[in-house]
Amino acid sequence: MNLHKFLFAVYPYIALTTFVIGCWIRYDHEQYTWKTDSSLLLSKRYMLVASNFFHIGVLGIFGGHFAGLVMPHALWTGLGISDMQHQWIAILAGAALGILALIGGTILLLRRLFNPRVRAASRYMDIFILAWLMLTLLFGLSTLPVSIGHAHHENPVVMLLLSQWVQSILTLNPQPELLEQVDGVYRAHLVLGITVFLLFPFTRLVHILTAPLNYLVRAYQIVRTKRSV
Amino acid sequence: MKIRAQFAMVFNLDKCIGCHTCSVTCKNVWSNRKGIEYAWFNNVESKPGIGYPKQWENQEKWKGGWEKLNGKLELKAGGRVKKIVQIFANPNLPEIDDYYEPFTYDYARLQNAPLSEAAPTARPVSQITGERMEKINWGPNWEDDLAGEFAKRSQDPNFSNMEKEMYKQFENTFHLYLPRICNHCINPACVASCPSGAMYKREEDGIVLADQDRCRGWRMCISGCPYKKVFFNWESSKAEKCIGCYPRVESGLPTVCSESCVGRIRYNGIILYDADKLLDAASTDNEQDLYKAHLDLFVDPYDPKIIEQAKQDGVPAHWIEAAQKSPIYKMAVQWKIAFPLHPEFRTLPMIWYVPPLSPVQSQIDQKTLPTEADGVIPKASAMRLPVKYLANLLTAGKEEYIVSALNRLIAMRSYMRSINVEGQPDIRPLTAAGIDEVTAKEMYRYLAIANYEDRFVVPTSHEEIRLDDPYGFQGQNGFSFGNDSSPGVSNNSLFPERRKETVESRELPPFAGKRD
Repeated sequence: MNLHKFLFAVYPYIALTTFVIGCWIRYDHEQYTWKTDSSLLLSKRYMLVASNFFHIGVLGIFGGHFAGLVMPHALWTGLGISDMQHQWIAILAGAALGILALIGGTILLLRRLFNPRVRAASRYMDIFILAWLMLTLLFGLSTLPVSIGHAHHENPVVMLLLSQWVQSILTLNPQPELLEQVDGVYRAHLVLGITVFLLFPFTRLVHILTAPLNYLVRAYQIVRTKRSV
Repeated sequence: MKIRAQFAMVFNLDKCIGCHTCSVTCKNVWSNRKGIEYAWFNNVESKPGIGYPKQWENQEKWKGGWEKLNGKLELKAGGRVKKIVQIFANPNLPEIDDYYEPFTYDYARLQNAPLSEAAPTARPVSQITGERMEKINWGPNWEDDLAGEFAKRSQDPNFSNMEKEMYKQFENTFHLYLPRICNHCINPACVASCPSGAMYKREEDGIVLADQDRCRGWRMCISGCPYKKVFFNWESSKAEKCIGCYPRVESGLPTVCSESCVGRIRYNGIILYDADKLLDAASTDNEQDLYKAHLDLFVDPYDPKIIEQAKQDGVPAHWIEAAQKSPIYKMAVQWKIAFPLHPEFRTLPMIWYVPPLSPVQSQIDQKTLPTEADGVIPKASAMRLPVKYLANLLTAGKEEYIVSALNRLIAMRSYMRSINVEGQPDIRPLTAAGIDEVTAKEMYRYLAIANYEDRFVVPTSHEEIRLDDPYGFQGQNGFSFGNDSSPGVSNNSLFPERRKETVESRELPPFAGKRD
């Protein structure tokens, strides 16, 4: 088996399996470690910009990838969005959110490395995962010139290939050959991105899975009883 | 009507000497852990002063507690949607420097330093970074005994509506100690602010706790509490707070701060209240009426109808008995000499305070103080501590309640003095203050003598049956790193390792030599 086949037909399954089972075990056994690991108490400087930009950027990018890659292609054409329109939306939204995340993430990374209090409270993994996300983001942003070039030539083929490959993985029918002709920068971004899923259960990223949306609908006061209910 | 029992306390400020024994015992028992070195579940502030954390009473700055918005009760920092929007960076969160940077000293240096002319010094070391600190700029009790300049101390929000400049003069200076713990509120803003639903109030005794497993560290409770008594453990990323010493209270013991109080100022007991009325009480329009509304929540534990209802609502019989003997009920409801701290925050706090009288002897000797009919005991309104200041602290600025309480305390003293000094009971001051002789004698017993069994009426909840390893819980019950069933520390763990030790001295102490 060559490397290409491993990275785009086997590795995604290793990453996704680790993601699902890892999160499951951690949620089940290590509730106490399931948290945001916020360092806002130690230093609030720049955080209003940095944290908001980073979170909105990253969540937006994730949403964009999900919509573009995972949701069926027929849905968008059905809604009357042509492939070229789709590609331009992806480029523009990706660029805007990517720059937002880049600005926020850069401040966060600098803060984490050079603010003595934040650094002292950081674990190795906190620094590593942030650096990894930034690296992934940088590769993601460097796909933009290539994509813009495709768009100028009215050529949505690469976008469709990427989407087809993701869906081939998710439907348990991996087709790594789809990516053979795709530009190297996309493939590098893909490997980095897949690795985020692999690392996810072992980092603070898990807090996104318990985003407290329930708060919007629950009653303000909570009373618990010791009686077994 | 729904009757609930609440574990409550009264602090008699008249007798607090500011010795900080409560703070130190609490620190040693509950919060001597990494990440919350800076957190004092119990602290004693010198008032007037800006307190700990800085300016905690100023809700225009910190947005803690509740407010009345368009006729509805709402969190001052904003409702649910605003909380979610602000979740990435809570703008109302205090920073560590608003408390203080926790420090220890390089003690080992005292033993390890090479021989030198000057004695070696133990320099301060930050407990966050482990680095040496050049200078300590602030601490949990920086203003102790009115330390610091008046201009800074007088930023105290309790000076609102007062001509504070006159208290700058030495002759007019006044001072009181304010010991503070979590108020275990009936309408807690921290619980309401918690996005993940980890904070909760216990049905049985009303103690407010933070579930360490469910807490995700969204930080909203820290800023939501108007008393700033929920703390963020920067090591564990969890909310931690005063736990009302529940393992002790469950065994019928007073809290450790109360037990160790040298001045016997702390009273522990049960009080029954009507939980159906709490929202109405907290929503009272005029903030000066909140104290009255809060008082009206409490129900008479002797009333047979109330007893019947309480039993139906699951309050055990010996808890009702405890509520009848409760010192809290006597002081708050029957004698009306205790008040909630800042009722205007609308959380219905359950640590109440007896306002302090003032030292007066030299003023009386100089005959500069107007006195009551007996010529010995001074008038409440003429005392050194401005009534307005106490009212701003305890009754949202309404002075008549404070004056009435001070008059009762004074009348009790005057009456007891007439018995012990004159040999002839003089009930005129009692009549003027609206209490009878039986009450005065009981007040004397509770406030002046303050016997252990009068101060602490705590019914047990028979937790001893549940707890199998009391020693293992020492120093960390309710706060253990890891899940309840596991220590949470393993060298083989895939997940981020816990670091339990706090930063201590940077040099290792020398090994002891062999014994001869």
